Amino acid sequence: MILDEIKEALIEGNKEKVKSCVRQALDAGLAPSAIINDGLISGMQVIGVRFRNEEIFMPEVLVAANAMQAGMNIVKPLLIGDVEIASKGTVVMGTVKGDLHDIGKNLVIIMLQGSGFNVIDLGVDAAAEKFVEAVKQHRPQVVGLSALLTTTMAQMKRTVEALKQSGVKVMIGGAPITKKFADDIGADGYAPDAVTAVDLTRELLGLG
Amino acid sequence: MSMNADAKQQYQASLNRVLDAIKLKEPDRVPLIPVVEAFPYYYAGLTIQEGMYDYHKAGAALDKFYADFHPDLGWDPVLMYPGKIMELLDMKWFQWPGRGIEDPNSMYQYIEKEYMTEDEYDELLLDPTHFIQSKWIPRSFGALDGLKYLALRDSIWFGFFNTFPVFGRKEVQDSLQTLLKFAEEMNKWYTFLGEYDKKMENEFGVPLAYGAWGYAPFDWLGDTMRGTVPILRDIRERPDKLLAAIERFTPIAVEASINGAKASGRPFVWVWLHKGVDQLMSKEQFGKFYWPSLRQYIQELVDAGLTPFIYVEGSYHKRLEFLREVPKGKVVYDFEDIDMFEAKKVLGDVACIAGNVPNALLSYGTPAEVEEYCKKLIDVCAPGGGFMMDTAAMVDDAKPENMQAMFKVTREYGVYRR
Ligand code: B12
Repeated sequence: MILDEIKEALIEGNKEKVKSCVRQALDAGLAPSAIINDGLISGMQVIGVRFRNEEIFMPEVLVAANAMQAGMNIVKPLLIGDVEIASKGTVVMGTVKGDLHDIGKNLVIIMLQGSGFNVIDLGVDAAAEKFVEAVKQHRPQVVGLSALLTTTMAQMKRTVEALKQSGVKVMIGGAPITKKFADDIGADGYAPDAVTAVDLTRELLGLG
Repeated sequence: MSMNADAKQQYQASLNRVLDAIKLKEPDRVPLIPVVEAFPYYYAGLTIQEGMYDYHKAGAALDKFYADFHPDLGWDPVLMYPGKIMELLDMKWFQWPGRGIEDPNSMYQYIEKEYMTEDEYDELLLDPTHFIQSKWIPRSFGALDGLKYLALRDSIWFGFFNTFPVFGRKEVQDSLQTLLKFAEEMNKWYTFLGEYDKKMENEFGVPLAYGAWGYAPFDWLGDTMRGTVPILRDIRERPDKLLAAIERFTPIAVEASINGAKASGRPFVWVWLHKGVDQLMSKEQFGKFYWPSLRQYIQELVDAGLTPFIYVEGSYHKRLEFLREVPKGKVVYDFEDIDMFEAKKVLGDVACIAGNVPNALLSYGTPAEVEEYCKKLIDVCAPGGGFMMDTAAMVDDAKPENMQAMFKVTREYGVYRR
């Protein structure tokens, strides 16, 4: 079936094939939401599992993510309104102000999406106010902050404080971050890598 | 410049300590070689912007650091890159306080982009020099855009009838003028650094840490040409071209480092590793794309009588066996994130190891915690020699009392013999 082909092509990271299969699927009259949920996202789920099991690594994840993006670019404009993309919850993710590292954050996002979460990406160099604004707008259950520099860890503290009022759960991560630092600044959780970040998100949402 | 007998003695003692550690022998005590970046300037109360725009202020700030701390290898103000000179070039892949960054106290930053695109491998492979001159340089430096018109490789026979006239173009002339001005300013900076190096030796008794810098061949391509994510995708999408480019770059990287060390007359070559970390590729990919060319690079440096200080940024838990494959007693591995106990076990008889005192601990911990961490490192890594104390990553915003704790415990607890 064409959706399986999309899924397989995505897992292989074959961008061109994903594009042509997505077009084929659309021509065959399949709903854009089905292409996203049962083709692209379900392919990403497999990527997530294989990455977790260390069967594949960053380069494979990146080409798959790229293929996913290429497919999305075709389908997204055809979505009417807010379609039902099966979601276990919404997470707002961003790298804090002053910090431009985003590979780790993007990997966390890929894994979260692969696990069925809806993720809003604030990109890099995101100030506390930007997170506050995004929480108002998107009403996420969880916010994830990433920082790779000791000098930008202070921004995490600032952001956690700014988000206190909203009651949203905040998790933090990045190479220099420790559990202790997370506790010290009053964050709700810390995870050392993208795989455990997904577990943490589940935990924070009470999904067990 | 005053010549101070104590300084002379300290200088020699420090250097011997480091050389012994490299040779995997026990020195009198564990050498202290912290790579400090912004720390001395913050410590002296100078902003990064001031340091980057006034060499002499940067020098004075560093004076304070060396008056209060005495490392066994030190850095001159080279890491306060000269803001004015970089402005002159209109550098695209860098921003700093004074250009692009508002906060005068923020560190400068590298801006990643694809300065070489995925379809340009063939062009690069055909003629790296031409590619760098006509594509990479103009993209990297706005003020050198005119160099894209030069194609000197086509000058053979009467080809020069066509290739030389472009020197008449205004854009080319502007770029060349900029280069002349750049060279003039750069010489002033180098003169300043040279004077500071003498001061370090003669007044503070601290040997300069570096003779030259280098990069792994994979990083030559990955850092300022392709970028992190694109080069990782290349591993999957165009592995043959990637390997060919790495192979092409290896002798160029070797030559650059050897020439740099020759020019300075100092044998320590610091090699900053970036893209080979555990999280970015599998062990097999590391063994195929990253390590062979780096290994060759290290070997050729050692053959040329140099000492590579491999500054291993990021986590390297899964790379240890590879790192063994270097000449014995000639290489330093300065680690960030690794199990040092494991590193000592695997590498102890081959290479000197250093590093690993977490920067987050230095920024947010207490002196007692720092002391405890360093003691553990000394307990595990010092026996038999081949160990130097360094922080995990370059130090920017550490608490001074934590830096002092690291120095103190190494001086007192890291003693092999009085
Ligand atoms: C690649 C890299 C870069 C790339 C970044 C490219 C990009 N698009 O992100 C480039 C070259 C641009 C870069 C620039 C700089 N870098 Co840099 N960089 C690295 C390097 C080598 C690897 C980072 C990485 O991507 N790792 C792979 C990913 C997958 O791992 P990760 O980021 O840790 O993320 C994982 C976990 O931490 C966790 N996680 C991450 N975020 C989150 C968030 C949440 C909520 C959770 C739960 C989990 C989580 O899950 C992730 C996936 O498993 C590190 C070394 C290191 N120790 O990490 C240095 C490092 C972080 N960089 C450093 C520095 C100094 C810089 C620069 C300032 C250098 C300069 N002078 O220009 C600039 C800073 C620019 C800026 N303002 O941010 C230093 C920081 C030192 C310090 N004092 O803090 C490091 C440690 C290198 C070193 N040893 O000196 N860098």
